[in-house]
Amino acid sequence: MSSTPEPLHRALGLTDSELDDIRRVLGREPNPLELALYGVMWSEHCSYKSSRIHLKRLPSKGAHVLVGPGEGAGVIDAGDGIGVAIRIESHNHPSAIEPYQGAATGVGGILRDVFSMGARPLAVMDPLFFGTLDDARNRWLVEGVVAGISGYGNSVGVPTIGGELTFDQCYGANPLVNVLAVGALPTSRLALAVASGLGNYAVLLGSSTGRDGIGGVSVLASAGFSGEDGAASLDDAKRPSVQVGDPYEEKRLIEACLELLDLGLVVGIQDLGGAGLICATSETAAKGGVGMDVDVTAVALREVGMQPYEIMTSESQERMLAIITPENLGAVTAVCDKWEIRANVVGHVVEPTTMSDGTTVGMLRVRNGFDGEILAEVPASSLADEAPLYDRPRERPSDLDAVHADDPTEDEPVGDANADLLDLLVDPAWVYRQYDSQLFLNTVVGPGRDAALLRLAGPGLPASQRGFAVSTDSNPRWCALDPRQGTALTLAEGVANLACVGARAKAVVNCLNFGNPEHPEVMWQLSESVDGLAMACEALAVPVIGGNVSLYNESGGRDIDPTPVLGLLGVVDSLVSPPPGWNWREGDTVVLVGHRRAAGAHPFPLAGSRWATMRGRRGGRLAMFEASLLVSTFDFITDEVASICAGVTSDVTAVHDVSGGGLAGALAEMAAVTGLGVNVSRLEGHGELFSAFPGRFVVATAHAEAFVARASAAGVPVTILGNVGGTHVRLGALIDVAVHRIGARRSGALEEALELS
Amino acid sequence: MTRVGVIVFPGSNCEYDALCAMEQLGAHAELIFHSATSLGDVDAVILPGGFAHGDYLRPGALARFSPVMSAVSDFAAAGGPVLGICNGFQVLTEAGLLPGALQKNRGLTFLCQSTTLIVSSTRSVLTRAAQVGQELVVPINHFSGAYTCDDATYDSLVVHDQIVLRYRDNPNGSRDDIAGVANETGNVVGLMPHPERAMATLLGSADGRVLLEGFVGLGATTR
Repeated sequence: MSSTPEPLHRALGLTDSELDDIRRVLGREPNPLELALYGVMWSEHCSYKSSRIHLKRLPSKGAHVLVGPGEGAGVIDAGDGIGVAIRIESHNHPSAIEPYQGAATGVGGILRDVFSMGARPLAVMDPLFFGTLDDARNRWLVEGVVAGISGYGNSVGVPTIGGELTFDQCYGANPLVNVLAVGALPTSRLALAVASGLGNYAVLLGSSTGRDGIGGVSVLASAGFSGEDGAASLDDAKRPSVQVGDPYEEKRLIEACLELLDLGLVVGIQDLGGAGLICATSETAAKGGVGMDVDVTAVALREVGMQPYEIMTSESQERMLAIITPENLGAVTAVCDKWEIRANVVGHVVEPTTMSDGTTVGMLRVRNGFDGEILAEVPASSLADEAPLYDRPRERPSDLDAVHADDPTEDEPVGDANADLLDLLVDPAWVYRQYDSQLFLNTVVGPGRDAALLRLAGPGLPASQRGFAVSTDSNPRWCALDPRQGTALTLAEGVANLACVGARAKAVVNCLNFGNPEHPEVMWQLSESVDGLAMACEALAVPVIGGNVSLYNESGGRDIDPTPVLGLLGVVDSLVSPPPGWNWREGDTVVLVGHRRAAGAHPFPLAGSRWATMRGRRGGRLAMFEASLLVSTFDFITDEVASICAGVTSDVTAVHDVSGGGLAGALAEMAAVTGLGVNVSRLEGHGELFSAFPGRFVVATAHAEAFVARASAAGVPVTILGNVGGTHVRLGALIDVAVHRIGARRSGALEEALELS
Repeated sequence: MTRVGVIVFPGSNCEYDALCAMEQLGAHAELIFHSATSLGDVDAVILPGGFAHGDYLRPGALARFSPVMSAVSDFAAAGGPVLGICNGFQVLTEAGLLPGALQKNRGLTFLCQSTTLIVSSTRSVLTRAAQVGQELVVPINHFSGAYTCDDATYDSLVVHDQIVLRYRDNPNGSRDDIAGVANETGNVVGLMPHPERAMATLLGSADGRVLLEGFVGLGATTR
């Protein structure tokens, strides 16, 4: 397997003590195939061995939660007999090496997670993080990743409805490519990844198995890029670990699997993702408490001469494992024939083995023919559930006090606010124009706004007037300054985004992108971030129903900023009219809803704002997460917009969350999309213009008195800012820019930076 | 009630949307799998958008060989209304049921965006309920949507009034801003924009109704 002199277990990513654990489980020396199975299943990527003790602290319960963390996707009951499934994942390291295929297979993988639950995938979102665009390689990565998402997502027939685009030097050699998918199902079709029924068959559906992606989880996803010049030096060595996607195969696989589930032909079903066939067979067997015999000669292969370890650990894409009863084999084959996908019986569900002490253990046996030689025999649960758990050392970064002390709120001079405002704004339309965002006739609010809003409808779903909203949020600058407060504020930002489209937050999924867990500072960041998320989830009453952890995001020994990405799912009970969006009208009154000044040391903190970051100021202290201030504001905005969505006439013409670009950024965006200026007279300097803390909204109303009265009745503070009108954005004494300049600059900024225009 | 057959190739993905649009207009719509050799008792046929056979080789190049296509050709030859939307348009050109071809967009990227169409001719099953010069807001969603043809074909299109829809602001480099064309008799039409995505103001535009109402209304009559 390897020509290097290092011991086999280390080449497979296992430590010496993990080898001892394996010996203890088996009561003997593992053979090389068994070692390879443990190598992938006990990888950081598959086992969450460094993060699991922390993730347990996240609240995951709720009356509407049908499936919590641990399955392919989390599922909530959205009402009307419809379940909504949601999942988020990372495909960071593959995308750093081969951006098109890395991003494409990220989309494919997350979709399989969702339809393995019985849900039809209805929407994808892609939060992306790259190094700065003055570097040609970063520009190549951006174009490749976007093309990969576009090429795969459009073809597979699932709309991509939004995402995020962040540029920061810390992602230079290690971009982050996260992907979130949402699906919906009649709750009666809910499927779980469990093998049961002695004598049942495990059928491998979809693509043939090749050598692509071998070691993807262990070699690629569970180690950093150590080269001094970052990823580039490792390109060639690691590229064979990147899988190659085929959206046409996946499209037919989706249709076939949903048809199999509709016809009731499947006992359990699981996707093949990281760690391939060994992961799917051992996890389904472990969940069912049964044994499974897997015949490597029954697997359809793409190339000759593949070894059993390659067959068992290949990450070839577009494959699913279905557990079926033998009498349904003919019917299953007929459905698969119709959709032109392969279906091979590769496993048998067998009785657990009785051990010498009388206990029973479900054994995963890899065989050369169902009646042939046993090539590997290990307890299925030891692979799936019993990887070692690590409580790795944690340590607050020693420079954090100095970072906090370097606060731009206190001493960063105002400079040319007009120029700063123009530099802040980037319209991501160049990205989302490449995505089909409309398929299934559901998209009411598409990419580029606060949150996406879709009708809750699709093939095979019960009729409903409801809608669902999705937002992905992150703020690595906040989290670098204070991972606990930063993550809590990020959740608040997400809930605020949903409120803008009238949706109440029902669930969150998280993708925790962090650096090397062997660095105590990184583990401290992770632990703090989890605590911040747990605190904010409790305060805002949103359960965490799934997640993913991506560690070893580093290059040349430098960790990325902590980047927890939160995917929020909300529901609108009645969606018959679009929410107001940003479409303010001439003469409207512009109102700031929520507390004008932040809780904490500074009324207008600039730490972590886009403005401060742009000026190279990365220090300072954040605003505090104050739940009581946030909840009433979020509820008020949600109710206002939800009533518009339900068809009620309102004086509210526009709603926009104040986020990273501050109040000035929010107002300028609204001016840019409408072509209408705004006049705001009283402002407390540049702090109020650019300060970025959540819990504030810009609302435009045609009837200020009525609106203010409703806000007062709800106990929500409001500040009248000014009026819509004219050709300029005029904010206090500092900003006076023509709307057409803002619009032109904003819409051209990305293509210009990518050197495409 | 008009009966509309929506053809499903492996890789099609807008069949459900076409079905919903037809049902909203009061038609009866049914899916017809590409392996079918007969269309059954339908009054009109839609080839929906998507990526038939994965767009392998090039869009539409393999779909023209699907068994159902000979039935579609016979139906078209007999004067039956046939509408190809996006990938369906590409299939119809590859199958020789419509002139010209669709090549990659001018900017070499996929484009999903709103466009404004101008009705150029009402001599087709799709545009007969519209007015010449009428502007319709309908989204596009394609990578290979730039209409192209040789000069002789173009002259013939003009002479026979076969250019039915043009883009007001050409997004993809189509020759003469062409968004949709018909055959000489007007019963076969293809367009790159998606009228089925413009059926409701809730989703941004209801202008697609003007086109699809005309298409459905025609189904029950004979030409």
